[in-house]
Amino acid sequence: MLSEEERKDVLAEIERFEDMRGACVEALKIVQRHRGFVSDEALRDIAPLLGMSVDELDGIATFYSFIFRKPVGRHMILVCDSVSCWVMGYEEILAHLKERLGIGFGETTGDGRFTLLPVSCIGSCHHAPALMVDGMLYGDLDIPKVDEILKSHT
Amino acid sequence: MERPLTKDIKPDGQPLSIEEYEHCGGYLALRKALENMTPEAVLDEVKASNLRGRGGAGFPTGQKWSFVPREDGQARPRYFISNSDEMEPGSFKDRLLMAGNPHQLIEGMIIGAYATRSERAYVFLRSQYGEPAKRLRKAIAEAYERGYLGKNILESHYSLKMILHVGAGRYICGEETALLNAIEGKRAIPRAKPPFPQVCGLWGKPAIVNNSETLANIPHIIKNGAQWYRNLSRCADGGTKIFGVSGRVKNPGAWELPMGITVRELLMEHAGGMREGYSFRAVIPGGASTEFLLEEHLDTQMDFDSLQKVGSRLGTGTMVVLDDKTCPVGMVLNLERFFSRESCGWCTPCREGLPWVVEMLKAIEQGQGRYEDIEILHEQTRLLTFGNTFCAHAPGAMEPLRSALNYFKEDFERHIKEGRCPYT
Repeated sequence: MLSEEERKDVLAEIERFEDMRGACVEALKIVQRHRGFVSDEALRDIAPLLGMSVDELDGIATFYSFIFRKPVGRHMILVCDSVSCWVMGYEEILAHLKERLGIGFGETTGDGRFTLLPVSCIGSCHHAPALMVDGMLYGDLDIPKVDEILKSHT
Repeated sequence: MERPLTKDIKPDGQPLSIEEYEHCGGYLALRKALENMTPEAVLDEVKASNLRGRGGAGFPTGQKWSFVPREDGQARPRYFISNSDEMEPGSFKDRLLMAGNPHQLIEGMIIGAYATRSERAYVFLRSQYGEPAKRLRKAIAEAYERGYLGKNILESHYSLKMILHVGAGRYICGEETALLNAIEGKRAIPRAKPPFPQVCGLWGKPAIVNNSETLANIPHIIKNGAQWYRNLSRCADGGTKIFGVSGRVKNPGAWELPMGITVRELLMEHAGGMREGYSFRAVIPGGASTEFLLEEHLDTQMDFDSLQKVGSRLGTGTMVVLDDKTCPVGMVLNLERFFSRESCGWCTPCREGLPWVVEMLKAIEQGQGRYEDIEILHEQTRLLTFGNTFCAHAPGAMEPLRSALNYFKEDFERHIKEGRCPYT
């Protein structure tokens, strides 16, 4: 069941867009904001509000890289793996992250603290290598900086 | 040198409020357009400015606008859309403009919407641009409050509604017809053309899709005129452009410079040349889907026609430099991995072909390649082209590969001969 707040927010988005299904990405993001991810049950609850079938909505949810259909950690680390960051040595940063966290891309730490994912170019090429944690951008990375970032996210 | 797009952006990058934007002459162009110009006059001015699309394709903006049917028929409403889905690897120009001066984009959109007699406008922003999203949301609300958006803008007969749509992360959404599907709440796969979006775009109604940097130019063209705008440039294309450099250069960054500046000037004067211990090997001039250029091309002008003449493209105008200590095969592998991952999966050549290209490049990079692989890769660059694929995604992916196979032939062969990457 959608919470009262989720339902209210989804309906407000439907109002904002001129077509019900045009609000589908926002609706998925609302639920994801509250619960961290979009479960099968959540899909079944949202789809009728948008006039879509559950499968249609799942087709949208699975199309996008940042709608999560599985539980994720409290903090989302997105490591830019595109060309400028590659030239500037993101692989070293990634190797360090993997070692420190004991996980690879697409995985969550056992304590549920971090999920690690790749992201395509985040438009910070002049500060490569770069990554994002919970939507915050960090650039000009080196190993000590990465350790600082990890420390500040509990 | 005049820098209309960036002159008002604060050094710390904090956004201009609506008061600050107005203080710098903001929304005067909109006032001028609504009070003294017909939509046709605005369109003619933009046509005369020789502004070409800054998203990468370089299509003349005025001409694109003119494809919207003139007569007031059933085709209502009409849509005017900013493609702010900046996601081309190596590109960081739209972020700078939207984050630093969101009202400039909004004003450009309102004027463009007026010229094409559109009633609704969408900003399509990528999901990772959280800060620009916040700033645009606030700026749109401010513009409504001041009467620049909504009913009877500045007491004219013109009304416009503007909506911010934030995506959820897929490169293909930057393809204009995929973007339209995304706004409609469908899977963002490209559509067949024709019909072209200018005639049958959003929900079957006419839609114009322009890159956000393109639109940021519009207020300045209207305020100062097409002649002034053309004079900003050093070539036939009008205006200035945000150029960027990343890679192992001394001073990576983005600068607003005249169209037609040379690759060398950008690299040496603005980016400060190569870092200590590294020398220049090659560059992709305009994002991941452009062909490499070498030292011999450094005096080429950065404009649509000049770069095409040397076998590449201006693209987004934000270049990535390959230095002498970085493996060209590894760089191309990185580029192709991106394209393979971001393929929407709709057409078979792209969905199946790109992963194979990645596998072959990976084998070569890891020292397990065969000489035949090089020929097969060449073949892919001839197969994954327009006519065989549904959209420009895979053909774009082939551009850096094609030039790499030609320019770095020896590197490919050395990997195979030595059974390892010579750069590690």
